[in-house]
Amino acid sequence: MTFLGDIAHVLATADLWRLTLEAAALLLLPALGGVISERSGVVNIAMEGMMLTGAFFSVVADLAWHNPWAAALVGIIAGGLMALIHAVVSIRFRADQIVSGIAINIFAAGLTVFLVNRLYGLADVGHVGQANLLPYINVPLLDQIPFLGRVLFQQNVVVYAALILLVVVHLVLFRTRLGLRIRAVGEHPQAADTAGINVYVIRYGAVITSGLLSGLAGAFLAIGISNTFVPNMTDGRGYIALAAMIFGKWTPFGAFVACLIFGLGQAIYDNNSIIHVSQYLLSMLPYVLTLVVLAGVVGRSIPPAADGIPYAPENE
Amino acid sequence: MSAEPTDNVGVNLAVDMRGITKAWPGVVANDHVDFSVRAGEIHALVGENGAGKSTLMNILYGLVRSDSGEIIVNGKPARINGPRDAIALGIGMVHQHFMLIPVFTVGENIMLGREPVAGPGFYDYTRARKDIEELTKKYGLRLDPDARTGDLPVGLQQRAEIVKVLYRGANLLVLDEPTGVLTPQETVELFGILRDLIKGGKTIIFISHKLKEVLEISDRITVMRRGKVVGHLTTKKTNEQEIATMMVGRAVLLRVDKKPAKPGAVAFRVENLTANSDRGVQALRGISFELRQGEILGIAGVEGNGQSELVEVLAGTRRATGGHVLLGDRDVTVANAREERDAGVGHIPEDRRGVGLILNYSIADNLILGRERASAFSWHGLLLRLDAIRNWAKRLVKEFDIRTPSIETPARALSGGNQQKIIVAREMGTRPRVLLAAQPTRGVDIGAIEFIHRRLVAERDEGTAVLLVSAELDEIRSLSDRIAVMYEGRIVSFEPADTDEARLGLLMTGGGTGAKTGAA
Repeated sequence: MTFLGDIAHVLATADLWRLTLEAAALLLLPALGGVISERSGVVNIAMEGMMLTGAFFSVVADLAWHNPWAAALVGIIAGGLMALIHAVVSIRFRADQIVSGIAINIFAAGLTVFLVNRLYGLADVGHVGQANLLPYINVPLLDQIPFLGRVLFQQNVVVYAALILLVVVHLVLFRTRLGLRIRAVGEHPQAADTAGINVYVIRYGAVITSGLLSGLAGAFLAIGISNTFVPNMTDGRGYIALAAMIFGKWTPFGAFVACLIFGLGQAIYDNNSIIHVSQYLLSMLPYVLTLVVLAGVVGRSIPPAADGIPYAPENE
Repeated sequence: MSAEPTDNVGVNLAVDMRGITKAWPGVVANDHVDFSVRAGEIHALVGENGAGKSTLMNILYGLVRSDSGEIIVNGKPARINGPRDAIALGIGMVHQHFMLIPVFTVGENIMLGREPVAGPGFYDYTRARKDIEELTKKYGLRLDPDARTGDLPVGLQQRAEIVKVLYRGANLLVLDEPTGVLTPQETVELFGILRDLIKGGKTIIFISHKLKEVLEISDRITVMRRGKVVGHLTTKKTNEQEIATMMVGRAVLLRVDKKPAKPGAVAFRVENLTANSDRGVQALRGISFELRQGEILGIAGVEGNGQSELVEVLAGTRRATGGHVLLGDRDVTVANAREERDAGVGHIPEDRRGVGLILNYSIADNLILGRERASAFSWHGLLLRLDAIRNWAKRLVKEFDIRTPSIETPARALSGGNQQKIIVAREMGTRPRVLLAAQPTRGVDIGAIEFIHRRLVAERDEGTAVLLVSAELDEIRSLSDRIAVMYEGRIVSFEPADTDEARLGLLMTGGGTGAKTGAA
C-alpha cells in the first residue's frame, strides 16, 4: 500500500479515534485546570508536577487498598496539595509564578522518585491488578452504534468525567456568578476587590481546583491507562496541556479542540507500526502548534490581563 | 433643609469621621482628621497630592484601615473593615483610575459583586440589564449596558462607574478626582449628572484640586494639608485665592506673571504635516505652523484631535506620512528621537509614567535618560561617568526643587508633581532650542503647577521656542503668546492669547470658523 493509503486506512479505524479521545481527555483535565487557574490571574505551569504526584499516590493507594475509587481520590487530593503549595507561594508570598511552577515540577519529579526508592526499594513499583483499575465502561445500547459507539461509548470512566467537566467548567466560567468573579479577579483584581469580592479566596480556590483536576489526570494515567507507576511517566503531558490551554485561548472548548489535535498526534504515534512517520516529528507537534499560535498565526491569543501579577491591596 | 448653620448642630450628617489617624512608615497620612458631610450636599475635599485626601476616603471605603478614630454613618457608629461593609452602609466610590474590566460589557461591570442569580449560581444578565436601564432612566444617564467597556470613551466609562455605584444602592458617592480625565464638555455633563443625583436624594463627596470646579459644584469645602484638616469653608463665602492659600500653606500665584513675548527667528517650521494614529487612521490632516524663538505657541483642543500625534511626530517617535518639519533650515521630518534630541528638541511627553520616566530607575539615572551617550556623562559611550552624573543630578534636584530623600531614590517613590519635575529638569537642563511640552501639569499639584509654569515662561524669555499642548484651557490661555486650535487633525484657527474661553470652546468642537461642523 502507498503511504497515503496507509494513512487513510488508519484514519478510518474506530480504534484510532477511540485512542484519540482517550489521549485528549488525559490532556483535557490539566488543561481545564490551567484555564481556571489562569482565568483567576495565577499563571500555572505546574500541571506536569501535579499530574505526576497524583499518578504516584494513586498507585500507592491502589496497591495498599485495592480500591481504584479511593485511590483516584487520593491522587486527586495529592494534586490538590501540590497546587496548594503553588497557591501559597504565589498568592500569599507573591513570588514569581513561573519560578514557583518550575520548582513544583522539579520537586514532584524528585519526590516521586525518592518515594519509589523508599517504599519499593530498587524493585518495580509493582502492578495494579486488572481488577483494581479505573474501569472502562460500555454505555448500554449506545456502544452498539457502528463506529461512533466504539469511539464515544466504550471509554474509561475518567473520559466520561472529563467530558462532563468540560461542560461544567465552561458553564461555571461563563454563565455563573462565580465564573464572572473568577474572570474579574483575573482581569483586574483591584476592581474585583472594590466590588466586594475576596480576591484571595477566589485565587486559592482556582489554583487548588487546577491541582485537583491535574491529580485526577495523573490517576487516570497510572491506574486507568497504565497499571503501574514509572518515574516521570507523565512525560511532558502537563506541558502539552499548558500548550492546549494557550492554543485554546484560555477557554475550555478551545482547549478541548487543541487536546483533540494533540491526542490525534498521540494516537497516530501509538499506531506507528502502520504509519511510518518519525515518532520524533509527531512528538514535536504540540509544541510547534503552540509556537504557531503564540506567533499570532491563528488570531491573537491574549491571556487574562492580570495573569501572573500578584495582588497586593493598598493597605500593605 | 436647614438655613446655613456654621456648625453641624441640628443638621443631618451622612458621614461623620472623627479623629481619624493613619500612619504609614515614615509619614502620617491622616493626623486626627475630623471630616463631616451633611446629607444632600456636594462636599468638596481639596488638598494637594499627598495631603491625605485619598487615604481618608480609602478609610471610609474600607480599603485602608485607620490606626484610630471613629466613623459615624447616618448617626450610627460604623465598623468598616472592607469595601463590602462600606457598600452595605450605602457608601460608593468612583475611583480616579476606573475600577472597570475592559473586556467585560458595561452591564457585567455594573453588576459585578452583586449579580442577580437565577437557578444554581447562574447570573441573570437580563434582569441586571433591566435594573440598570431603570437606574439610567431615573437619572437621565445614557449608557448602553451591552457595550464592551474598553471601547467606550473615558466620559462614558466614568458614567458606568457612577451607575455601578448607584446599582449597589449607594446614597453617599465619593468621586476621586473625577474631572482629571474628562474633556471640558464631559465635565459639564458630569456636573449636570451630579446635580441630578443630589435632587434624587444622594450625597456627594467630590475630591479635587481644580479649584474652579470645586467653587462651581460644591456646597461646602474641607481643605487638607499634610495629613491635617486646615479649614472648613462654605463655598459661597470663599474664593479661589483663599482655598489655594490654605492648600499650599502660603500665598500662591494663580495667574502667571509674564512680560510680552519678544519672538525671534523661526525655530520650527511645520508644513502640511500628515500622520496616522496607532490604529492607522489619519490623525494629522495637513498641519502647518511656525514656531519662533522666545514664544509659547499653545495648542488647544479636545483630546484625541491629533495633538498627541503631532507632538510625537515632532519628537521623532512617530513617522510622518507627508509634509515637512524644518528645524532652522534643517529638514528633520524623518529624524528619530535621538536625532531630534541631539538637534536641540526637548520633549516633555504627556505620558509621564509610561514614556517620560523609567519608574524603577533612580532619579539620577532618569535625569540623564537620552543623554547617556553624551561625552559629559560617558566615556566613549562605554562607561558612565558616575561622578559627573551625580553632580549633574544634584544640581538639577536643587535647581528644580525636586523633593526627594536622595538622588538614588527610584522615581516611582516620588509624588506625581516631583516626577514631572524630573522630566522638566531633564528637558530644560540641556538648554533646548525647541521645547515640546505635552500636558506638562496634568495630575500635578498646585505648588508644582506654579513652578512648572514659571519655568516654562523663563525658558521662553531665554529664547527657547515652546510648543505647549494642554487640555486645560486655563493653562493654554495664561501661558501662550498665540493659540492654535486643533480639531480633527487640523489647525482650524490661530487666535490671540486673550481669546475668551467660550470662543475657544466653540472652535475646539468644530464650530466658529464657518467650516463644516462635525459631531463633537
